[in-house]
Amino acid sequence: MSIVTQPQATEAPARGRLNWTILVAGVIVGGWIVLAVFAPWIAPYDPNAVDILHALAAPSADHWFGTDQVGRDVLSRVIHAARIDLVMCIAGVLPPLLIGTTVGLLSGYYGGVVDTLLMRLYDLTAAFPFFVLVLAIVGILGPGLLNFFIALALVGWVTYARLVRAEVMSIRDSEYIQAAQCLGYSDRVILTRHVMPNAFGPVLAYAVSDSVLVMLAGASFGFLGMGAQPPTAEWGVMISDGSAFIRQAWWICMFPGLATISLGLGLAFLGDGLGQLRRRQVSA
Amino acid sequence: MQIVLKRILQLVFVLLGICVVTFLLVHMVPGDPARVIAGDRANPETIEAIRKSFGLDQPLWQQFVTYAGNLLSGDIGQSMRYKRPVTALIGQFIWPTLFLTGYVICLAVPPALALAIASARKPGGLADQIIRIVGIAGMAIPVFWLGIMMSRFFGVALGWFPVSGYGKTFVDHLHHLFLPALSTAIWMVPVLIQSLRAALIEKAGADFVTAARAQGAGEREIFWRTILPNAVLPTLNLFGVIIAFLIGGTIIVETVYAVPGLGSLMINALLARDYHVVQGLTLMFAVTTVGVTFVVDLLSALIDPRARL
Repeated sequence: MSIVTQPQATEAPARGRLNWTILVAGVIVGGWIVLAVFAPWIAPYDPNAVDILHALAAPSADHWFGTDQVGRDVLSRVIHAARIDLVMCIAGVLPPLLIGTTVGLLSGYYGGVVDTLLMRLYDLTAAFPFFVLVLAIVGILGPGLLNFFIALALVGWVTYARLVRAEVMSIRDSEYIQAAQCLGYSDRVILTRHVMPNAFGPVLAYAVSDSVLVMLAGASFGFLGMGAQPPTAEWGVMISDGSAFIRQAWWICMFPGLATISLGLGLAFLGDGLGQLRRRQVSA
Repeated sequence: MQIVLKRILQLVFVLLGICVVTFLLVHMVPGDPARVIAGDRANPETIEAIRKSFGLDQPLWQQFVTYAGNLLSGDIGQSMRYKRPVTALIGQFIWPTLFLTGYVICLAVPPALALAIASARKPGGLADQIIRIVGIAGMAIPVFWLGIMMSRFFGVALGWFPVSGYGKTFVDHLHHLFLPALSTAIWMVPVLIQSLRAALIEKAGADFVTAARAQGAGEREIFWRTILPNAVLPTLNLFGVIIAFLIGGTIIVETVYAVPGLGSLMINALLARDYHVVQGLTLMFAVTTVGVTFVVDLLSALIDPRARL
C-alpha cells in the first residue's frame, strides 16, 4: 500500500530527523575543519619528528594512536593530514564546479552550437571510466597533488555543466524569466540574478556529495603513490606506508582509515541532507 | 532500424573521440617525448633517431592518422619496458581481471537485489531507513583500506585466505580472489542498491500500477508482477555504469592484493613511465565501457520496443 500512497515519505523524513542528520554531519565536518586549522596547536607532536627508538610502538598514554616505522606519532600525523585531505576536497571540487556552472549556464540558456558541443563532449567523457581517465592524466603529467587537481578539473567539469544545463533549461521558459525579459533586463542580469540562484541548489548538494568521491579518490591516489608525496602526512599516504608493517603494527593503517571514513561519512550525510532539504522546499 | 543506425553512428563518433583523447594523452607528457623514451643519458643522435623512428618529427595530425591507422589494424602500441606489443600484454594480464570482475558481480548482485527489493517494498519503513543509511555510509569507506584490513584479519590473523596472487586452478582462483572480490563487492553494493531502489520506487508511481490497482489486483501481485518486471530495464541500463565503476575499483584492489591483472599492469606502467601501455589500457577500458553500454542499449530496445536509443 505504502509504495504508492506515500511516495514522499521515502524522500523526506520527519523535519526533526533531517535537521538532526544535517547537524551531526555538520559537527563532524566542522570538527575536522577545526582540527585542521589549529593542527600545530592541537597535535601533541611534530608530525614529521623521527624517533627511531620508539618506532612501531603500540598505542599508549604517550602516543594515543601509536607510532609508525620511524617513530612518528600517528595521532599528530592524522591531525595534520586533515589539512591536506580537506584541501583536496575543496581544490578538487571548486574548479570543476566553477567551470561547469559557467558553461552549463550559457549552454542551457542560449542552446545552439555550444550546447550541442557540450553534449557531445559529455558523451565522450562518460565513455571513460572516471578513475581511469584521471589516473592516466596524473600518471602522464607526473604524480603529485597539483596534477591531481588539474586532472580533476579537466575531467570533472563536464558533469557539473550537464547538471546546471538541465536545471537552466527547466527554468529558462518559466514566467519569472519571461517577466524579467519583458522588463528589458540584460541577459547578464537575468543569468546572474534570476537563473543562477534558482539553478544553484542542486549543484551545491551534488558538490558536497562529490567531495566525498574526490576525497576518496585523493586518498587512493596517495595510496598508489600518484597523489600527495611522502613524507607529507596524508591519510592515503599514511595507509600506504603502514601497509608494509600491517603484521606487526595495525595501528598505522587503522587510524588514518577511520579518519577518512569519519570525514567521508560527515560529507556524505551533509550532502544527502542538503539534497533532501532542497527537495522538500521544491515540493512545499 | 533507423534508430539503431543512428545509435551506431553515435558510437562511431564516440570511438573516434576516444582515439583523439588517448592520442593526446601521450602528447601531454611534459618535455620532449623522444627524450623521455630515450632516457636521461641518451646522446643527441639517439634522440634524433628515436624521433624519426616514432614519427615524432611529423606534424601532429599526420601522427594522429598513423595512430588511428595502427588502431584499425589492431596495433595499439609497443611497451618500452617489456619490449612487447601492448595487445600481447593485455592478453596475458586480462584473465585475473575478468575472473575478478565476474566474481564481484556474483557476490554483489544477489544481496543488492534482495536489499533493494526489501527497501522498496515499504519506502520509509524501518528496513528502508536502515538500508538507506548503510548505503550512504558504505560509499564513504576507502576500498584500499578495507582491503588491507580484511587481508590482515582474514588472511594474516585467521589464515583463512591467501593475501596475494591468483593461484593456478579454478578453485585456487576462487580461493585467492575471494578477499579482493569481497572488498570490491562491499563497496559496490551500496551504489547498486540506491539505483535499483530508485528505479523500483519510480515504477511504483506509474500509471499502469494505478490501473492494476483499480482492476482489483492485490498489492503483492502488483509488486511482483507489475512493478518488478518494469524495473528490469532501468537495472539493465545500469550495467555500463557498473562496468566503469568496477574497472576503477579493480585497479585499486588488484594493487592491494597483488593480483597480476590489468589494474596492476596499469599502475606499474604509470610508475615506470611506460606511456604506451597506459595509453593502450585507457583505450581498452573506454572501448569496453562504450561497448557494454551499446550492447545494453540494443538489448533494451529488443526487450522493450518503446525504449528510445
